[in-house]
Amino acid sequence: MDSYAIIGAVSVLGACLCMGIGSIGSALGEGQAAAAALTAMAQQPDEAGRIRSTMFVTLAMLETTALYALLIAFLTLYANPFWNYAVNQ
Amino acid sequence: MICRTDFSHWLDLPWSDKTIGLENFDSIKLIACGDFSINVTIFNTWIVMALITIVSWLTTRKIDNGRSISKLQIILETLVIWMQKEAKETSGSASQKYFAMALGLFCFIVTANLLTFIPWFRPPTASLSTTMALALVVFLAIPYFSIKNAGVKGYLRKFIEPVPLLLPMNIFSEIFSVFAMGLRLFGNMLSGVMFAGILSAFIPFVAPLTMQTLGLLTGSIQAYIFALLALVYTSSVRAENEQLST
Repeated sequence: MDSYAIIGAVSVLGACLCMGIGSIGSALGEGQAAAAALTAMAQQPDEAGRIRSTMFVTLAMLETTALYALLIAFLTLYANPFWNYAVNQ
Repeated sequence: MICRTDFSHWLDLPWSDKTIGLENFDSIKLIACGDFSINVTIFNTWIVMALITIVSWLTTRKIDNGRSISKLQIILETLVIWMQKEAKETSGSASQKYFAMALGLFCFIVTANLLTFIPWFRPPTASLSTTMALALVVFLAIPYFSIKNAGVKGYLRKFIEPVPLLLPMNIFSEIFSVFAMGLRLFGNMLSGVMFAGILSAFIPFVAPLTMQTLGLLTGSIQAYIFALLALVYTSSVRAENEQLST
């Protein structure tokens, strides 16, 4: 196997693993946050609007960890420095 | 010096294969004059700026507090009052200082994000250079407002709290919290554009529409979060006698 094949295969595998493992924590966290917000909304229906807007903000911030994983996955797929190095060799 | 203009890329649909790439938004040149060139990001930023300026100018040209209030004036007044309320809730009594910057950031980001429903508009917020520039604005605004509020001593005291041992950690968190704001906006917008592009390669007709509708919601929420975090960070250092009034 030459270096192209190794770098390409490892990049794709790395991107898949990065996205798969990186989204676990974010998904669990978002689930817990949504469950807590739903409980709070059921207990205090008067405050439902406020809780909902806070929940959206929190969810979008929790998504950030998964988005970092997504950026790294894009980086390995489309702007891989090792691939460019191997091409320029 | 020969100037070349090339607007053919601009009319490509966003899901044509040229755009599937990380930094391609910045590398598509519209106007090239020697070393000087204008790419899609800058051009679309100008479009967003022109749109905001024209709408604001048309609205504030004839402000009325009587019976014949125009619809645009109602929309803009709602925005301003809403952001004032947010600023008051996050930063306490001295909220008038912060809300103009937050509202400016919000208006720019939300206009750029919502314009993605025009098929060949590449949102400038899906480019890392734009989001990092916006984050840089917040990064420079933090010491400005902090020193204005609590003086140089009060601003520097933030770095050695609670113990001076944490000085490097505080400096890191100061830099990376703002850096993460730019990355978050960039990641959200880029993933929306890329996801719609990849999906329309498989199912070209109805399926991308749902994702783009979701993208409108995500774009609005991201603009709100960016403005809210800018408010929180810029008002984090207050004068000692100034308490949070809720």
